[in-house]
Amino acid sequence: MTYQTVSAFAQSWGLVFLVVMFGTAVVYALWPGNKSKFKKAAHLPLEED
Amino acid sequence: MNSTLTANRDSGGAWVMGVLFALGSIVSLLWMAKAASPELGFHAFLFFAFFTLGCFVLVKRHYDMAANPAVPVAGDDVGYMDGVIRAGAIASTFWGVVGFTVGLVIALQLAFPVLNFDLPWTNFGRLRPLHTSAVIFAFGGNVLIMTSFHVVQRTCKARLAGGLAPWFVFWGYQLFIVLAATGYLLGITQSKEYAEPEWYVDLWLTIVWVAYLLVFLGTLWKRREPHIYVANWFYLAFIITIAMLHIVNNLSLPVSLAGAKSYSAFSGVQDALTQWWYGHNAVGFFLTAGFLAIMYYYIPKRAERPVYSYRLSIIHFWALIFLYIWAGPHHLHYTALPDWAQTLGMTFSIMLWMPSWGGMINGLMTLSGAWDKLRTDPVLRMLVTSVAFYGMSTFEGPVMSIKAVNGLSHYTDWTIGHVHSGALGWVGMVSFGALYCVVPIMWNRERLYSLRLVGWHFWISTIGIVLYITSMWVSGILQGLMWRAYDSLGFLEYSFVETVEAMHPFYVIRALGGAVFVAGSLVMAYNLYRTMRGDLRDEAPFVGAPVRAPQAAVAAGE
Repeated sequence: MTYQTVSAFAQSWGLVFLVVMFGTAVVYALWPGNKSKFKKAAHLPLEED
Repeated sequence: MNSTLTANRDSGGAWVMGVLFALGSIVSLLWMAKAASPELGFHAFLFFAFFTLGCFVLVKRHYDMAANPAVPVAGDDVGYMDGVIRAGAIASTFWGVVGFTVGLVIALQLAFPVLNFDLPWTNFGRLRPLHTSAVIFAFGGNVLIMTSFHVVQRTCKARLAGGLAPWFVFWGYQLFIVLAATGYLLGITQSKEYAEPEWYVDLWLTIVWVAYLLVFLGTLWKRREPHIYVANWFYLAFIITIAMLHIVNNLSLPVSLAGAKSYSAFSGVQDALTQWWYGHNAVGFFLTAGFLAIMYYYIPKRAERPVYSYRLSIIHFWALIFLYIWAGPHHLHYTALPDWAQTLGMTFSIMLWMPSWGGMINGLMTLSGAWDKLRTDPVLRMLVTSVAFYGMSTFEGPVMSIKAVNGLSHYTDWTIGHVHSGALGWVGMVSFGALYCVVPIMWNRERLYSLRLVGWHFWISTIGIVLYITSMWVSGILQGLMWRAYDSLGFLEYSFVETVEAMHPFYVIRALGGAVFVAGSLVMAYNLYRTMRGDLRDEAPFVGAPVRAPQAAVAAGE
C-alpha cells in the first residue's frame, strides 16, 4: 500500500462514499414522512426539567 | 424483587471497582518508589491518593448500605441521577474562576514582564498551558460532562447507565485536570499545544473518556423515547471524536516507565499535521459540537418553545461533521506542508460558513415570536448573545484561513483575539447560561438567587470581551504590518523588540478586559452559591416581565 494507491482511493471511492453518506443524511432530514416525528422530537426539551 | 436485583448488580459493580482501585493504589505506590524524578513521584502520589480515597469511599458506602439498605435501593433505577450533575456544576464554576484568573495573570505578565518573578514555576511558558487547559478542559470539559448528563437523562427519560460509572467519570476527570495542571507548573510537558500532558496522563484520560462514552451510549441504549434528540447527537459526536483525536495525536513511546518523558510516534511535517488535525478538531468537536448541544437544549428550554427548525438542526449536524475534520491544515499555511493540503484546509474552512451560520440562524430564530423575553430574562439574553458570538467568530475564522489573510494574521495577536471571541463570547457565555439554567433545577429552587445579578454579569462580561477582542485586533494587525514592512533597500523596517514595544498599550487594555471578565465570573459564582443555599434576593423584576405565577394562581382559583 503506497501513498499513491491510498490517495487514488481517497480521491475516487472515498469521495463518492462521503458524498453519498451526506446526501443520505440530507434526504433523511427533508423526507416528508419524517415531519411529524421531528415535530414531536423538537418538543423533547420542553417536557421535563 | 426487581429492586433487590438492581441493588445486587450495583454492588457487584462496586466490588469490581473496589478491586481495581485497590490494585491501582498498589501499582501507584510501587511506581512512586521507582519514579525517576520527584515531580513524577508527586504524580504517582496523586494517583495513589485517588485510588486509596476511592477504596475508602467504596468501603464506607458498602457499610452505609448494609446499615440502611432502604435508601440507596429506592432511588436506584427509578428517578434521575442528579448528584453527579450538582457536583459538575460546582466543579465547572470553580475551574472557570481559576482558569479565567490564570488568564488574567498571564495577560498581566505580557504587559508587565516583571510578574514572571524569574521563577521556573511562575513563568509565562508554564502558566500559559495552565490557562488554556484550565479554561478548555477543566471549565469547558466539566460544563460539557455536566450538561450532557442532564440533557441525555431528560431527553431520553432514562437514568444514567453504569451504576457508579458516572461518578468515576466525574472524579477521574478531576484527577486528570489536577495531574495536567500540576505537571505544567513542575515542567512536565510533551509540548503539543492543547495536548501538553505526558503519556501517563494521556492514558488515564483515555480510560476516563471511554468510561464516559460507555455511560452516554448506555443511557441512549435504555432510553424511553423512540427518537434521540439532536443535542445528544452533538454530544455523542463530541465524545467519539475527542476519543479518536486524543488517542491518535498522543501516540508516543515513553523513554522509561519510571520517567515522564516520551517521544511522539510522528516527526516533522507529519507530526505538525497530526497536531493540527487534533488541535483544530478540538475546536470543532470540543468547543463547537459539544456547546452546540447546549444551545439546542437550553435555548428552547429557556425560551419555552421548540427549536426553529428541527430539519435544519439535522443538516447542521451532518454538515458540521463532514466538513470540520478537514479544516486543520489552515494552521500550517506557508509551511513544509504540501500546497494542496493547505488549499484543502482553506477550502473546507470556508465551506464551514454554511453549517455555522445555519446553526446560528437556527438558534437565534428559536426566539421568533418571543424576542420580548430578551428584555426580561438575562439568562436567555446571555444564551442568545453567545450564539451571536458563535456567528461572529465562525465568520472571522474562515476569513483568517484564507492564505492571503493568514499571511498577515498568523502568529499575531489577531489569532488570540479570534480565539477569545469564540472562547469568551461563545463558549463562556453559553456555559454561563447553561449553569444559570441547571443550578435552580438541580437544587430544586423556584428561581435563581438574583436575576439582577445575572444582568450585571451579562454586561460586565460583554464589556470585558469587547475590550479584549478589539485591543487584540488592533494589536494583531499592527504587529503583522510591522513584521512585513520593508524599507527602500529591502531591509526590515522594524526590529522585533520594536514591535513588542508597540504592543504594550494593547496588552494593558487586554488585561483590563480580562480583569473585568474575571469580575463577572465572581458575580456568577456568588449568585450560584446563594441559589444553591436556597436564598432568594428580594428584588424588583425586570420592566415588563410577565408576572406568570400570580396569573396562574388566579386561573387555578377560578
